[in-house]
Amino acid sequence: MSSAVKTPLLQVRNLRVEFPTRRGVLTAVDDLSFDIHEGEVLGVVGESGAGKSMTGTAVIGLLEPPGRIAGGEVLLRGRRIDNLPYEELRRIRGKEIGMIFQDPLTSLNPLYTVGRQLVETIRTHSDLSEGRAKARAVELLAEVGIPAPERRVNQYPHQFSGGMRQRVVIALALCANPRLVIADEPTTALDVSIQAQIISLLKRLCSEHGAAVMLITHDMGVIAETADRVAVMYAGRLAEIGPVKDVVKHARHPYTHGLMGSIPIVGQDLDRLTQIDGSMPRLSEIPPGCPFHPRCPRVFEPCDQERPDPIPVENSEVACWLYDDKRSGGGGHG
Amino acid sequence: MSVPGRNSPTSVARHPAERAGRPPSALARLRDSDLWYSFTRSPITVISALIVLLFFLGALFAPWIAPYNPFDPASLNLMDGFTPPMGEAFSGNSYLLGTDDQGRDVLSAILYGARISLFVGFCAVLFAMVLGISLGLLAGYKGGWIDSLIMRIADVQLSFPAILVALLIFGVARATLPRSFQEDMVIYVLIVAIGLSDWVQYARTVRGTTMVEKNKEYVQAARVIGVHPMLIMLRHVLPNVMGPVLVIATIGLALAIIAEATLSFLGVGVPPTTPSLGTLIRIGNDYLFSGEWWITLFPGLALILLALSVNLLGDWLRDALNPKLR
Amino acid sequence: MFAFLVRRLLQSIVVMLVVGLVAFSLFNFVGDPIHNMVGQEATTEQREELREQLGLNDPFPLQFARFVANAAQGEFGISYRMARPVDVVIAERLPATLELAFVSAFFALFLGVSAGVYAALNRYGWTSRLVMTISLIGVSLPTFLIGILLIWIFAVQLQWLPSFGRGDVVQVGAWRTGFLTESGLRALILPAITLGLFQLTLIMRLVRAEMLEVLRTDYIKFARARGLSNRAINFGHALKNTLVPVITITGLQLGSIIAFAIITETVFQWPGVGLLFIIAIQFVDIPVMAAYLMLIALFFVVINLIVDLLYYAVDPRLRVEAGSARAH
Repeated sequence: MSSAVKTPLLQVRNLRVEFPTRRGVLTAVDDLSFDIHEGEVLGVVGESGAGKSMTGTAVIGLLEPPGRIAGGEVLLRGRRIDNLPYEELRRIRGKEIGMIFQDPLTSLNPLYTVGRQLVETIRTHSDLSEGRAKARAVELLAEVGIPAPERRVNQYPHQFSGGMRQRVVIALALCANPRLVIADEPTTALDVSIQAQIISLLKRLCSEHGAAVMLITHDMGVIAETADRVAVMYAGRLAEIGPVKDVVKHARHPYTHGLMGSIPIVGQDLDRLTQIDGSMPRLSEIPPGCPFHPRCPRVFEPCDQERPDPIPVENSEVACWLYDDKRSGGGGHG
Repeated sequence: MSVPGRNSPTSVARHPAERAGRPPSALARLRDSDLWYSFTRSPITVISALIVLLFFLGALFAPWIAPYNPFDPASLNLMDGFTPPMGEAFSGNSYLLGTDDQGRDVLSAILYGARISLFVGFCAVLFAMVLGISLGLLAGYKGGWIDSLIMRIADVQLSFPAILVALLIFGVARATLPRSFQEDMVIYVLIVAIGLSDWVQYARTVRGTTMVEKNKEYVQAARVIGVHPMLIMLRHVLPNVMGPVLVIATIGLALAIIAEATLSFLGVGVPPTTPSLGTLIRIGNDYLFSGEWWITLFPGLALILLALSVNLLGDWLRDALNPKLR
Repeated sequence: MFAFLVRRLLQSIVVMLVVGLVAFSLFNFVGDPIHNMVGQEATTEQREELREQLGLNDPFPLQFARFVANAAQGEFGISYRMARPVDVVIAERLPATLELAFVSAFFALFLGVSAGVYAALNRYGWTSRLVMTISLIGVSLPTFLIGILLIWIFAVQLQWLPSFGRGDVVQVGAWRTGFLTESGLRALILPAITLGLFQLTLIMRLVRAEMLEVLRTDYIKFARARGLSNRAINFGHALKNTLVPVITITGLQLGSIIAFAIITETVFQWPGVGLLFIIAIQFVDIPVMAAYLMLIALFFVVINLIVDLLYYAVDPRLRVEAGSARAH
């Protein structure tokens, strides 16, 4: 493990998110722990329904009822925030933690100019006057690469294209200088040609502002290029977390391995391209033991009996019985 | 009635028997459906259903269960007029809900009145449903100017309150039909007037589904093998719109009952010789000021109870089936 | 903007023409207008002469054109029942209906929107559940029964308010108003509540449903994620977006208040055009029926136009600015 002398910016400890439905309680996120350090980019990957977005919304305290945090803690700079009263948590949102959603087309209020939405947000978190806030809004628009910001600031969202709108969204998320930005699939809804631009803009701005990023995506390519560390989620649980190089090059969890095997990498043999049989279980049908065991190519005795906890392996942590020396008899390492 | 659970689009329940390879019985499937589940979970809905059922039975068997026959002049005792509820009548008969000006038992009159109200309501809904579904199918399938014409008429009609449309149709019928005919025909005129004022929603729903279905391959295929596509459409579109249509019809029944009562109250509906709930309220309204409140308030309460229960059932159905209704 | 208005105006004219056709058909095909005018004693020659004189032998389009021209000037002939010009009778009674409709509309709109917003914001609270349940009763209550119940409670039992008529009225120019006297205002209360209650419940349910929908949108979620205050989110963002779809339906609802006044006016013997219409139907007074129909259509069309303009003012997406090109 790396030396953890400084308190991490964000600590998530044994987080559990539940959704009571009339057919029983669904667990969307189960016993999830990870840290994000100052200025770091943590990628969170997994298939849709793996609980990535749910984790992001839980951290910022915006779970839609009846969804709720049923256990664990979320700490920001060592201070617990998941149990704060609404009003205190509200002051943290935008100011300490910003969030960017998937779809820029629906993230902006169509009835107000982008300037009004920026000014409103800036003034919520600072004492700037209306005029100063407006000037700051224009600066921000310029910063996110919108041409002619003085004119564009008075326009309505429908007058911007998709990519431009996502730039506005980024400006909105960054306008109070948050320490952490949660970006939930920020490019999925965009044209492929613009995706790379937006991702590099996001990365550049956040490092300029000194903000850490929690980048939620299902695109391993984006993670490989952008993230410092990566967390792989499967069925609401952490499969593997570690430095991006380790996870991409030497995936340890069989699921990560399959996930990496399924992306073509330039310069590598296409014969290596594999696929994982079956599909991720629905939340109502998560099997006992390791949730991945029915699809796992290397399944053995303990897998359908007991849930593996994350086990430290070099710089990573892996939730797999293969890395438990007692269980696998030390011979399971791949 | 078919088993509603079959049509439930939200039904994801799998019966244990089904997993075991045996097809479950219709009853078991109903019991296991989402519809039944949400029904039993909502006490208000259960109570509403019971009230509606009671009204049905009361109306259906009125001649057998009503204490008196309000239409039999021989049994009327004018001296018993204006007997208050539970009060002692001149003749020594007792009347649970009192009597009206002519000594008619209010409870019996309500039972017979509900019979007429429900009859008019059902027939009007049926008429509106058949008309709306046919026009919707036609508009959706043919498209072009037929579609435009039907939907324009629907738009213009929608911009007028249904009660005004019904009043107008009623007025026209009154002016065109021979006078001697009117007394006997009035109920049917009412049914047509209310039905004609309420077909639009069915037509819109069916039209939408038809337009989606008509481009599907089976319709093209049907055309190739020479089956009339309209027949195929009917067979495939209808099951698809059963849910929304059922919801519209339930709420439509409440609306039709209220519309009938309103028209009768306005004096253009059912005549006092065979009074419906609305006519009873109209008759009683004249005596409200002299203190004989029961003549109008009991039929009024019956009407509210009936309309509210049907509405609650409709509301629940809409939530349970969750069709895309606006 | 201009093209939009012109298109709307054209549509309105088409609607008026369609309704005019219905009204005209009433005149010509329902009953025999000659029979209605001259009665039993007239000879066949007299009838034929009158027929010619009234232009009833002219071709259909010509007759219709004449009808439209007359209608445009408010000319609908003579009431069969009252033997007075229809436009005069209607003009006399219109202020009563308009005053009633205006007060009910205001009452329904103000309370409906407030209660709807409250119910949406406190959707899990017991008060909002209670309000919703009561509103369902409101939707199921026939208007005339509401009137009867109000009369029974407030006029018969408590004897607080009058049960019929307009009270004392004051003539202001051509307008006879009940707003200026105490008895006029007191007489207005019960009818206005009766007429407005149904619209109120409807508006409330609509506002609640739309607002709940808006509160689920991404831009509200994003506004929350930016830490905006609840006040700014609920009243700045959500309410304004709720009002866009609500304006249309509410506008139409308020338009139909004039027509719904038929029932209320009958219950309270309110001397307006609705009561006139009911009596006209009972006596098959075709000119009054036709004129009333056209009047309602006119209200509908005018309110629709106002709604369109409002819509246009609220939603910037409809304002296509010619000057600024869209950047892509």
